[in-house]
Amino acid sequence: MADPVRLSVNGVERAVAADPDTPLLYALRNDLGLKGTRFGCGSGQCGACFVLIDGHAVPSCDTPLWSAAGKKITTVEGLGEDGNLHPLQRAFLAEQAAQCGYCTSGILVRAAMLLSANPRPTEAEVRAALDRNLCRCGSHNRMVRAVLRAAAEMKP
Amino acid sequence: MNTVAESRLKHAGSLSKNPRLARWLRVHRDGTVSVYSGKVEIGQGILTALAQIAAEELEIAPTRIRMVAADTDASPDEGVTSGSLSIQDSGAALRRACAQARTLLLERAAERLAVSTADLRVEDGAVQARGRSTSFWECADDALFDCEVDETAVLKSPRQYRVVGKSAQRLDLPDKVAGRPRFIQDMAPPGMLYGRVVRPAYSFSALASLDDGKVKATPGVVAVVRDGGFVGVIAEREEVAISAQGVLRRAASWKDADPLPQDVHAWLKEHAVEHRVISEKADAVAQSQGTKTIEASYTKSYISHAPIGPSCAIAQFQGDKLLVWSHSQGIFNLRRDLAMALGMREDAIVVRHAEGSGCYGHNGADDVALDAALLARAAGGRPVQVQWMRDDEFAWAPCGPAMALTLRASLATDGSIVNWQHELWSNGHSGRPGRSDNPALVAAWHLARPFTRPTAVNMPLPAGAADRNAVPLYDFPNQRVVNHYVREMPVRTSALRSLGAYANVFAIECFMDELAEATGSDPVEYRLRHLKDPRASAVIESVARRANWRDWTPGEGRGHGIAFAKYKNLGAYCAVVAEVEVEHEVRVKRLLLAVDVGLIINPDGVINQIEGGAIQSTSWTLKEQAKLDARGITSLGWEDYPILKFSEVPAVEVELISRPELPSVGAGEAAQGPTGAAIANAVAHALGLRVRDLPLTPERVIAAIERR
Repeated sequence: MADPVRLSVNGVERAVAADPDTPLLYALRNDLGLKGTRFGCGSGQCGACFVLIDGHAVPSCDTPLWSAAGKKITTVEGLGEDGNLHPLQRAFLAEQAAQCGYCTSGILVRAAMLLSANPRPTEAEVRAALDRNLCRCGSHNRMVRAVLRAAAEMKP
Repeated sequence: MNTVAESRLKHAGSLSKNPRLARWLRVHRDGTVSVYSGKVEIGQGILTALAQIAAEELEIAPTRIRMVAADTDASPDEGVTSGSLSIQDSGAALRRACAQARTLLLERAAERLAVSTADLRVEDGAVQARGRSTSFWECADDALFDCEVDETAVLKSPRQYRVVGKSAQRLDLPDKVAGRPRFIQDMAPPGMLYGRVVRPAYSFSALASLDDGKVKATPGVVAVVRDGGFVGVIAEREEVAISAQGVLRRAASWKDADPLPQDVHAWLKEHAVEHRVISEKADAVAQSQGTKTIEASYTKSYISHAPIGPSCAIAQFQGDKLLVWSHSQGIFNLRRDLAMALGMREDAIVVRHAEGSGCYGHNGADDVALDAALLARAAGGRPVQVQWMRDDEFAWAPCGPAMALTLRASLATDGSIVNWQHELWSNGHSGRPGRSDNPALVAAWHLARPFTRPTAVNMPLPAGAADRNAVPLYDFPNQRVVNHYVREMPVRTSALRSLGAYANVFAIECFMDELAEATGSDPVEYRLRHLKDPRASAVIESVARRANWRDWTPGEGRGHGIAFAKYKNLGAYCAVVAEVEVEHEVRVKRLLLAVDVGLIINPDGVINQIEGGAIQSTSWTLKEQAKLDARGITSLGWEDYPILKFSEVPAVEVELISRPELPSVGAGEAAQGPTGAAIANAVAHALGLRVRDLPLTPERVIAAIERR
């Protein structure tokens, strides 16, 4: 086994003893216990495994560990914390914006990226931003409302 | 009509199979109540609604309720969580069980305080009388509920409800929104190994050859498991199992099964083996008034379940016992088929439910449980988690069946329908575990001593399966409905949300519009004129009013359409108006729905289910078909099986028509049929011509325009 790969995850430096070609997804879930990032397709087409790397939402299922080393990784667990959820997470609860919830983490991550770049998005901009995230249960409209609610709440 | 207050049904809901009160709930010293339901959370929010019912009858705060995940060792056997029946089955049973539990607790409290129950003052489980106090939590013990549920116990009147009928926040969403481990995919019992199964992406008759030497020698691989044509691998790390799966897939060669038909709908019509007349009405006088006959044929393709998270299970052998975690809809039926496939006794297997990705019917959940069990045999007592990959799910989970339908009607000179004929051709819509002499689990068919793959069947009417909602709710003097059953099953089919109702309602409601047009009638008026059920008329009138139906102005390429169904002819009433824009591609702009589910338990829960059903049905109707070639399903990823995207989702506006005096019925599948039909009717309105084959893809719309 090669040297451990050093990762910065949710502000904490972590070392993962895995092959550097391992998809980041499995290191997050199985080595670091961050189960909120989820496997959906393995080819970056559904968004269930999105994490932020240096602020950009990327599919962790086809991001090798070596390419994430030294960069700032934020997972859904890093958006907020117990008792102090991210405004997006609070808004998702307020709008009851989920059914099964399997796609939720990836959508929260993508929405967080949107609000960093565009704090007051229009509804159309929210929808366009989430077009690479799939939801099968049909909670889309609630999630869009939740993102707009969070944006309004975060407004300075 | 049977009202809630009057219902003194013998064996309400699931009580006939599970009559013992202690099976349904336990009251704890710490002020909480464990509620045991055999129904499972599949993303529909059922446990939240059942907790509301329990809290209501116990008259305690809903936060005291702990819904226990179903478990074959501990839970009542309530069959399968399907058919929009959980509120009827489990809700009705829990309502009575909790009402009786409250009565017993009050009697015990009165005894303790040496007063009569009439003297008790009770608030959220705290009991007071004459300056002394006790509580439900002090009074409860295991012996108290060791009795049969008294089905004649007096229930609260809906007029007294404080919890039921008010929107409740989903119990499971705080975890899911915070990203906390909640799904079966997130579980990691100590020592867990990761497994993957090795199958080609098409049906095969046998494994021809496989050199697994290289994989066996790979560091981190624990075992390659082979049993006939079943091949799997277990590894210490998940990515190692996935890589090994890929290597084994490339190393294996498989013998093809029989080729699939190319024109599925023609094939269905040629291969029907049973022709059952399921409804027949004759009135010679009315028949003689028919002056014009119209006929139309419709088709629906195979549809994939396509959950966002592929199916997953964990299995562990503990000595001779097998413990399985599964997101199956029917854990008892799964246990039965696992026992058959593994040659074990049922009582040596425990199946525990754990939440999975959204479930819309019989997906791969049960299959992957047998995969995990077969791999766990080689794991030396360690738990093995198997998650299917994306292509496993598309290739091996059952599809919702393809269907062909032909409708024919005779019209009198005043435009009324005097004769109605509906024929449908389809495979069976239920290939679930627990219903056959052979396990309905993929791996069982590939073992060295293989089991025969069971054939999908249909449940009897009135709920039906392929013929679900084939009998129209409209009142026609002459009527004939025929279900042509196809037994031979080139593509594995089973239950997908609403079963045959999606295609039957699509055909009926499209045809009603075609007949309205042929007679120069307004589609809303035409429906109302043929309906006798006031609840049906009420949802249609309400949604038409909200959609401003009569004054709505179509523009170039814009159209609107209406459709209606009473789900299963037994359940929820749902009417839909769709507004669309069509160029080459259909864009659904807005869906308005009116729904009557009787007494509403959790209004926001119902709205969420109806919105979700409407959006999913929009996706089916515009985009979805499993693609086939001679070897099997070729749509194995999202690029080949696109679903509706955020920017394509219509506005959805749901109105609930509250009927607190009427029994509750389920909401989960009510929107599937009418939404698809309303969209098709709106497209016909926009184009001035009709597309009768689902899905309504740009290719089909363009072809229809070119035929014009």
